[in-house]
Amino acid sequence: MSKIRALIVDDSSVMRKIVERSLRQAGIDLEKVVEASNGAEAIGALRDNPVDLVLCDINMPVMDGLEFVRQVGTVENAKGVPIVMITTEGSESHVVQALSSGARGYIRKPFTPDQVKEHVLPVLEKKS
Amino acid sequence: MNAEPTTAAHPRPESWLPILELSAQEVFEIMLGCQVEPVKEEENPRNTEFTAMVGLAGALCGILTVCCGSEVAGKIATRMLGPEIASSEGQVWDALGEICNMIAGNFKNKLAGMDGRCMLSVPTVVTGGEYSFHSLADGDSMSTVLLFEGQPVTVRLELHS
Repeated sequence: MSKIRALIVDDSSVMRKIVERSLRQAGIDLEKVVEASNGAEAIGALRDNPVDLVLCDINMPVMDGLEFVRQVGTVENAKGVPIVMITTEGSESHVVQALSSGARGYIRKPFTPDQVKEHVLPVLEKKS
Repeated sequence: MNAEPTTAAHPRPESWLPILELSAQEVFEIMLGCQVEPVKEEENPRNTEFTAMVGLAGALCGILTVCCGSEVAGKIATRMLGPEIASSEGQVWDALGEICNMIAGNFKNKLAGMDGRCMLSVPTVVTGGEYSFHSLADGDSMSTVLLFEGQPVTVRLELHS
């Protein structure tokens, strides 16, 4: 698999670091990691930073993760970029909402690096 | 390791304490790589130097708090981030807030039929032990003390009726 540019969206900087570490532990070769603390910031970041993968929380201030997934298609750079939700919101309704809005995967917190690998690698393989 | 929802067998809040304990234990095991066990509260008085809180609204209404001393909070951040990264006070607040958030989320996800109808607030962390906590929740409350590296971490859930 080639080098990956990832956008990690979470209002917790600690969680962004943990997600990045989990991606590396999953064997994903990260060329670049862009961080955003909410959906609106992530939309802005995507305009300037094309990425190959987005990992996104749901509960965030300003713009939540579900709204971000709905709006991400408006960013030219981001069309077709796979989004994996990574969140404490584990309900079936949230999963359905996220997947029907365009997310490709769903990881519940707390999560292990193996779970990140299990959900992210197939998404990247499908993309390539 | 996330266990399956168990409220079908435990439909009333009075019997939710084991679910709360399991939710906290899973978060510590998965995110910090350590086992924590419930201990007697009276032998391990609550230390409130750091209090993280997450509000619950909807079908389950109330507040979940995680209280610990500053040393424990620092150790939690170090476990989550590694010693070279967990350096600032802000990261310690953030780490404790996320632990509280994950315990709340894990707990509600175990309550069958509840998770989709209960929302969580973003976490808030209070520092400094010189305060009194007055929850306006008027329903059930439950708390557990977990020993983390030999020091107490109190997890408390207060519910509106």
